[in-house]
Amino acid sequence: MDILDLFMIAGIFVAISIVLDLYRAFSGPTVFDRVMAVSVIGTKTAVIIPIIGFLFERPGLFIDISLSYALLNFVGTLIVAKYLERGELWSPYT
Amino acid sequence: MEPLHVVSAIFVFGGTFFMVVGSVGLIRLPDFYARLHAAGKPDTLGEILIVLGLILYEPLSFLSVKLFFLSFFILVANPTATHAVAMAAYKRGLVPWRKKQE
Amino acid sequence: MEEKAGMNIRPILTFKFFLLFAFWVLLSMWALDHNYPGQFNALHIVQGLIASAIVVYLLRDLILHGEKLHMKFLRAIPYVFWELWQIILANIDVAYRVLHPKMPIDPLIIEFYVPYKGDMTKTWLANSITLTPGTITVLVEGNRFIVHALDKSFADPLLIDQTMQKKLMHVFMEGEYDSTS
Repeated sequence: MDILDLFMIAGIFVAISIVLDLYRAFSGPTVFDRVMAVSVIGTKTAVIIPIIGFLFERPGLFIDISLSYALLNFVGTLIVAKYLERGELWSPYT
Repeated sequence: MEPLHVVSAIFVFGGTFFMVVGSVGLIRLPDFYARLHAAGKPDTLGEILIVLGLILYEPLSFLSVKLFFLSFFILVANPTATHAVAMAAYKRGLVPWRKKQE
Repeated sequence: MEEKAGMNIRPILTFKFFLLFAFWVLLSMWALDHNYPGQFNALHIVQGLIASAIVVYLLRDLILHGEKLHMKFLRAIPYVFWELWQIILANIDVAYRVLHPKMPIDPLIIEFYVPYKGDMTKTWLANSITLTPGTITVLVEGNRFIVHALDKSFADPLLIDQTMQKKLMHVFMEGEYDSTS
């Protein structure tokens, strides 16, 4: 068994766990649960992308995308959390 | 298969196990704050283990450096994001779930 | 640019600029690694310099904004390894509690104070608390930490032993290890 097959199986399992997270993102019950679930999905996507890169044998390109995706996911979660906390975004940090 | 690849596969599958456990916890646990435990910790370790496995697959290249940066960034960013969402919920007055006392 | 009292901000900005530029170079390196010639040329370097300068100007007050850092890097290395071990323990614990049919949890909110002066120390403590077994940092206000714990047994190390607080004091030269004050 080649190791790339094993990587593919691991990627499928991570994808299954993303589907399980989608249940929490859809059913709530609070908005914070949804934000958290989306953030977790983003982290898992950032893991899947390098695995897909190794499967397609162009890992360099895919790892760059993964790094950018992780950064954007982090910043997006922070912005949504700040908005939910204050109801607006352009206030100075006290 | 080379021995290094066996170690790599073990790391990758360890990380996958923790990610699936985190998802199950996200569904099963009773309230938002308890779900944060399932969201923050298994994801961080799962990510680190999977990326470590990918590093061991091709140890000496620029890819390893980039993957190391990815895992380091996740190690810093994931608790921070968890903390941000928790703080938003706490400041908006979400009450934590308590076990019913008999 | 605001001048901090008695603090020279220019070396910090230069350090941040070169950090960002190094990251840009790292991101551009994949072309060298995969034999695509001509991707890493003067245009890319100039782009990287301009982008780094813009980001450093926009974020000049955000990170490392001139606070004196007493961190001992050699002391931080054992702490990081201890923390990684704690992460593994935390995950085994979460896995046990989640997969157990009855889910043995009894969540509670605890509150404690830390004697730290530096922001960096508090950041490290908050992230470490989130990553260690059974505890999540919910709110940090000044020196007050509000922590959500999954069980009473996880709250005790933070409230009574304070192992982690003491370890971080050792790393960041605070409290009894502070030699400056």
